[in-house]
Amino acid sequence: MAEEVPVPDPHDHAEPHAAAHHHGPPTSFIRKYIFSIDHKVIGIQYLLLALFSVFVGLIMSVLMRMNLTWPDHKWPLLGSIFTLGAPGGQMSPEFYLSLVTMHGTIMVFFVLTTAPQSGFGNYFLPIQIGAADMAFPVLNMLSFWTTLLAYIIMLAAFFANGGAPLHGWTGYAPLSALTNSGPGEQLGADLWITSIAIFCLASLMGALNFITTILDLRCKGMKLMRMPLTCWSWFITAILGLLAFGVLLSGGILLLLDRNLGTSFYVPLVVVNGQVMGHKGGSPLLWQHLFWFFGHPEVYIAILPGMGVASQLLSTFARKPIFGYRAMVYAIMGIGLLGFMVWGHHMFMSGMSPYSAFAFSLMTMAIGVPSAIKTFNWLGTLWGARIRFYTPMLFAIGFVSLFVSGGLSGPFLAQPTLDIPLHDTAFVPAHFHLIMGVAAIFGIFAATYYWVPKMFGRMMNERLGQVHFFLTLIGTYAIFMPMHYLGMAGQPRRYSQFTEVHYLGPLLPLNKFITYAAFITVGAQLIFLFNLLWSIFKGPKASDNPWEATTLEWTTATPPPHDNFNGRIPVVNHGPYEYSVPGAPGDFTMQTDPATAAAH
Amino acid sequence: MGILSPTLTRYPSTLRGGEGNVPPVNGGGDDGHNSGGGSPNYGERLRRARLGLAIGLIAVTMMFVACTSALIMRKGLPILDPETSRSATDWLPVNLPMTLLLVNTTILLISSVTMEFARRAITRQAALAPVKSIPGISLGDEKSFPWLGLTVALGLSFLFGQWMAWQELAARGFFVATSPSSSFVYVLTAGHALHLFGGVLALLYAGVTALARRPIESRRIVVDVTAWYWHFMALLWIYIFALLVVAR
Repeated sequence: MAEEVPVPDPHDHAEPHAAAHHHGPPTSFIRKYIFSIDHKVIGIQYLLLALFSVFVGLIMSVLMRMNLTWPDHKWPLLGSIFTLGAPGGQMSPEFYLSLVTMHGTIMVFFVLTTAPQSGFGNYFLPIQIGAADMAFPVLNMLSFWTTLLAYIIMLAAFFANGGAPLHGWTGYAPLSALTNSGPGEQLGADLWITSIAIFCLASLMGALNFITTILDLRCKGMKLMRMPLTCWSWFITAILGLLAFGVLLSGGILLLLDRNLGTSFYVPLVVVNGQVMGHKGGSPLLWQHLFWFFGHPEVYIAILPGMGVASQLLSTFARKPIFGYRAMVYAIMGIGLLGFMVWGHHMFMSGMSPYSAFAFSLMTMAIGVPSAIKTFNWLGTLWGARIRFYTPMLFAIGFVSLFVSGGLSGPFLAQPTLDIPLHDTAFVPAHFHLIMGVAAIFGIFAATYYWVPKMFGRMMNERLGQVHFFLTLIGTYAIFMPMHYLGMAGQPRRYSQFTEVHYLGPLLPLNKFITYAAFITVGAQLIFLFNLLWSIFKGPKASDNPWEATTLEWTTATPPPHDNFNGRIPVVNHGPYEYSVPGAPGDFTMQTDPATAAAH
Repeated sequence: MGILSPTLTRYPSTLRGGEGNVPPVNGGGDDGHNSGGGSPNYGERLRRARLGLAIGLIAVTMMFVACTSALIMRKGLPILDPETSRSATDWLPVNLPMTLLLVNTTILLISSVTMEFARRAITRQAALAPVKSIPGISLGDEKSFPWLGLTVALGLSFLFGQWMAWQELAARGFFVATSPSSSFVYVLTAGHALHLFGGVLALLYAGVTALARRPIESRRIVVDVTAWYWHFMALLWIYIFALLVVAR
C-alpha cells in the first residue's frame, strides 16, 4: 500500500516560490489573449485556427463536388470571386486541381494536425499530468504564431499570380518542381512550399515542448503508466512529429532549390511545352520517398490523438476501466513504430522492386495487429457496460465505427496487386477520408463536446449535439461508402470532369447522391457551430466534474485558473480509469483521491 | 543527464514524475522569464532546458539524416547519355578546397574547447553566487577570461571561412546547380552554417543578459545549453565534412 502523501499546503513554504515560480496572470489584453504564454490560451488559439480552417476546407470540398456533378453549370458568384480560376462562373480544370491541393493541405496540416494535438493537447496535457504550464511557454507561443504565419502564406497562394498550386497535398515532383508546369505552379507553389516549411518548424517546436513536458513535468505520483491514454497518444504523436517533420523540411528545401536555383534533385531531363528544361538526372522518386517518410507518420499524427480521446471517453461513459490499459499503451507505441516502416505502400504505383513492395506490404498489414488490439479493447470496454450515451460518447463510438470501416479497406490497399488497379481511383480517397479524415474529426468533435464544459464553464446542448452526431455519422457514411464502389467501378481520382467518359456515365446518379449527402453533412456542421458558440456564452453552467470523470482536469476549477491548480500541485494516487472499482466508496475514484488498500 | 553535468553543485532532484520524494511545488512554466531573485529551481530549469535541447537535437539529426539519404540515393542514380545511349552519371566529383576546410575545422574544434571553458567558468560562478551574497563574505573579484567572446569570435571566423570556401568552390567552377554533388556540398554546409549561426545568436543573447544584470544562474542555463549545442555542431560538421570527402 502506498503511503498517503498529503497535498502540500499552498501557504507552506510558498513564500520563496510565490515570487519566483509562476509568471503571474497577465493583466493586459494583449498579453492575456493574443501574445499569451498560457498553454490554455494557446490551445484555444490553435483550436480557433483549426475551426476556421475546417470551414475553408469544407467549402472547397463542396466546390469540388459541385464541379464533379455539374461540370458545365455556371456559378456567377464563383466567377466574380475567382475571375481566373472560374471565368464566367465555370470552374477550370486547373482551378479544380488547386482546390484538391488546398483542401488536402489545409485539412491535413491546419485541421487534423493542429486541432487534436496542438489544440486540445496544449490545453489539456499539462493539466492532465498535473503541471502548471508547458515546459517552455515562450516556445509554445512562438510555435502558434509560426503556425499562423504558415497558414497566412498558404492562403496567400490562392491569390498569387496563377493561383494555388496543382500538385496535390503530396506535392509530387516534377509537377511541383517546375515553375512552368501549370498556372498554379508559379508563385503559388513557392508560397505553398514555404508555408509547409514554416509549418514544419512550428510543429518541431511543438513536438519538442510536448515531449519535454511529459518527461519532466509530471506531478508526484503520475507515473508514465498512470497517464491517461490521451497523454500517451499526445506523447507518441509528438515523437512521430519530431522524427518526421525534419525530413519534410529537408525535402521541401531541396524542392525550393530545384524550383529556384536550377538544381536537379527531383527533376530529370524534361521537356515542357516543347522547351527543354535545364534539369537533368534528378529523381521524382526521391521526393516521394522523402515526402512519404514524413507523410505516413503524419496520418498517424492525425489519428493517434483521436484514439486517445476515444479511449478516455469510452472508459468514462461506460463507467468501466479501459480494457487492457497496458496493451493500449503498447499498441500506440507499436502503431507509431510501424508507421515509420510503411511509407513505401504509397508508392506501389510509382515503380519499386517487387521485393521492396513485398516488405512494405507485409509491414503495412502488420499494423493491423496493434489496430485490432485497440479495437478489441474498445469493444471490451463497452462490453456489458451501463453506457451513458451523452454526445461526447456518441462521437467516441462513432470514432471506433469509422476507424473500423475505414481501416478494413487498408489490408486491400496494402497489397500491391490490389493497390495498382485501385490506387488512382476513388477507392483511395474513400479509404483515407473514413479512417484518417472523418475518424480524426470525430475524435475532435468528441473532445470538443467533452471538454468545452471544462474550458468555458458551460455545458453544450445535448439535443443539438445528438442531431449533429446522427446527421454527421449517416452523412459521412453516405458520402464515403459509395465512393469505394465508384473506385472499384473505375472512377479515377483527381479528374475534374468525367461526364464525357462513356463508361462512367452510369455512375452519375451515385455521384449526385454523394454530392447531396455532402451538402447535408456540411450543413449539419452549422448546427455544431451554433451549438458551440451559443453554449460558450449562454449554455447552462457546468460543474467542476460534470461527467464524473477521474483525471486531473476534473479536479480543478472550471475554467481552470492561470496556473491550473491554484497553487496546489496535485498528488496522484490512482490510475486514470478507476471506475466501478469493487470495494471503492463511489462509482469512480479520482486520480488524486487518497490511496486505499483497494486501489492496490 | 548525469554525464552531461559535471557541476560543482548538486541540486535536489525533486520532480522525476512519480519517483521523487519531495512533492513538486513548481509545475514549471518559467522558461527563463523568471527573474525573481533567490529562486531555488534553477537546477530543475537547467535539467529541463538540457532535456529540451537533447530532444531538439534529434530533430536536427533527422534533417541531416534525410539529406544524407537523399545524397546516397541521388549519387547512385544513372542517367542516359544522349550521345552513346548508355547509362552514365551526372555526379561530378567536387574539387573541395581541402586546406581551407581543414583550417575551418580546426577553428571550429578550438571554439568547442573555448565554449567548454566558458561553460565551466559560468558553472563555477553560478555555484559561488549564493555564497557571495552572504554579507561579510568576500571571495575576491574573480576576473575571468572572456571565453564567451572568444567563442563567438571563433564561431564567426568559422562562418567566414565557410563563406571563403564557397568563393573558392565557385572559382573552381562548382556552383549550386553545376552537379548534384556540388548542390549537396552547398546544401549541407549552408544547413550547418545556419545552425551554427543560431548558436552564435544564443551566445550573444547570453552576453546581453549579462549586461542586463540578469541573475547569473539564469545566464548559466543559456550558456550551458548553448555549449552542448555547440559541441553537437562541431560533431555534426565533422560528420558532414567526412561525408563530403567520402561521397565526393
